[in-house]
Amino acid sequence: MRPRTVTAALFALTAASHAAVLPDDRADLLWHDWDGGGVTVQGPSILVRKSVTDSLSLAANYYVDMISSASVDVLSTASPYKETRKQGSLSADYLHGNTTYSLGYIESKEPDYVAKTGFFSISESMFGDLTTVSFGYTRGWDRVGEDLHQNGLVSTVWVGDADHRNWQASLSQILTRNLLLGVNFETDESDGYLQSPYRSARYVNPEGLVQTEPQVTPNTRTGNAGSLQLKYYLPWHAALDGNYRLYHDTWGILAHTVGAGYTQPVSTDWTLRGSVRYYRQNAATFYSDLFPFEDSQNFMSRDRELAQFHDLTLGVGASWLFHPGWPRWIEKGTLNLSYNRLHIAYGDFHNWLVGGPPGGVPLYAYDASVTQFFISFWY
Amino acid sequence: MKPMILEHRAIHAARALALGLALALSVTASAAAIAPGAPAPSFQLHSSASTDLSLGDLKGQVVLINFWASWCGPCRQEMPVLEQLYRKYKAAGFTLLGVNVEPKSADAEGFLKSTPVSFPILFDPDSKVSRLYEVSGMPSTVILDRTGKVRYVHHGYKPGEESEYLDQIRSLVRE
Amino acid sequence: MTRRGVGLLAVVATVAAGLLCGCSPLQPWVKPYEREHLADPIMSFDPNPVSDTYLDHVFEVREGARGATGSVGGGCGCN
Repeated sequence: MRPRTVTAALFALTAASHAAVLPDDRADLLWHDWDGGGVTVQGPSILVRKSVTDSLSLAANYYVDMISSASVDVLSTASPYKETRKQGSLSADYLHGNTTYSLGYIESKEPDYVAKTGFFSISESMFGDLTTVSFGYTRGWDRVGEDLHQNGLVSTVWVGDADHRNWQASLSQILTRNLLLGVNFETDESDGYLQSPYRSARYVNPEGLVQTEPQVTPNTRTGNAGSLQLKYYLPWHAALDGNYRLYHDTWGILAHTVGAGYTQPVSTDWTLRGSVRYYRQNAATFYSDLFPFEDSQNFMSRDRELAQFHDLTLGVGASWLFHPGWPRWIEKGTLNLSYNRLHIAYGDFHNWLVGGPPGGVPLYAYDASVTQFFISFWY
Repeated sequence: MKPMILEHRAIHAARALALGLALALSVTASAAAIAPGAPAPSFQLHSSASTDLSLGDLKGQVVLINFWASWCGPCRQEMPVLEQLYRKYKAAGFTLLGVNVEPKSADAEGFLKSTPVSFPILFDPDSKVSRLYEVSGMPSTVILDRTGKVRYVHHGYKPGEESEYLDQIRSLVRE
Repeated sequence: MTRRGVGLLAVVATVAAGLLCGCSPLQPWVKPYEREHLADPIMSFDPNPVSDTYLDHVFEVREGARGATGSVGGGCGCN
């Protein structure tokens, strides 16, 4: 179980001595919207959680991505497309004394990708509830396909499988009456078909023309991530938080993520939030925007997720607390709106669609808007 | 590159060690001075009725001391339950003290306006009495007999636990 | 899992076990009755799990790094 959720559960009630608590019973209805880089993705995410006994809490989530993509990758090799991805998950949390056992299953389906994930975690509250330690294991099975367009018809060819094994360890620690610390470690091991069948590598042929060839990525990838989070209570009733994450994997990617946020209640019902996040990564060892000749390396990729780039996100949010009064079993609710503006700039990925003289093709960069509108109920 | 089996064993071992120790040692109860049979420490606190109330004044009565805070969910849940207990056994020589542990009483007073109770509310802003009674969870309940000895200690509150309180108070009141 | 990962895991486990052990001279330094600020919803690391999970997913799809955010991942072919 994640320390963030455990901490939320722990402090939402701050209940019995030397005991953890189950997460709050709640329902969330979210509408999400991404618009940027020629891609729009929208859809709902619905979560319902209920304690069925004193020690067992069940949750179900339904999530949809409705994608309309005319991204640089799509436009350079094909035409804009529309696709829908649906995901459902079920999970159970069982509380026994100071220990919470969690078990869950997630299934994601889109025409060319099926992902099945199972997860298990144990979380223990200790040391007078000052410390929470948790360990988790996640296993994923993916089937990767490629949509082929022939004579106006689309058919899916299954091109490979991918296996994921993931371990998480986290610690949540009360440092002072006003300061919380969270530490997370995560290791991800993947093997199988780990690339996108739609992306190609570019190279220069003997005549000096740019051609494409299928990309080849290693069939294993191990990544390690470690992060630190702090949350501080300010005397005028506000909260300041900061976080840092370091990531490194066997594909040669080293990434830093730094973020900070500020939460300010402005009345009994309204809370405002502002946040900033900076991310930067270097390129994978086998990445290149343009290879010098055909088959120049064993592994070649032009996947911009593996390029050298940085991104900056600024976010604002507002939350309104209300007491509906009807139905009587609803204790309280919140209405929330959040807006994040992302700017992403690549260091070694050019937007060849724009065209230009040799050496004059611009590096790719774009802005995106991420909007979330959601209503939550507690019962 | 296959994952090394040796490292998996080490992971399992580390995890088992942590959990084993955690589970084994979390059962260890700390020896408390507030244990059944021990005399209850005396104290004097300011009450919501703007007078001072001292524990010694209540000798001869069965006393339930409840440590609560307005920011604590189960504490808020427990208040109406305690009110019912108080009304039921008041005439039989039972009294209930609600000790509020918050440094500032504004939030507590706000809560009491919306959920009024008839038993005395005492304020312990410096946590003197909380420390004296070794409060190790919120809420905490200590039940004293007519001679001023600690008889029962409860940590936390879950709906339904009031039946235990009922049985315990009933037996003490009959002594 | 790398050797470094195992080492880190062992450190976390030992520190946690040490803190927990009644034999340590360390006592919980924030008492239950001193937690009014920590109990405030604004002090929660993830007050809105559905929203936080969504935002983690947005970044995970477009960035090379993943993990250590607190969310449990699921796969998708989002490309």
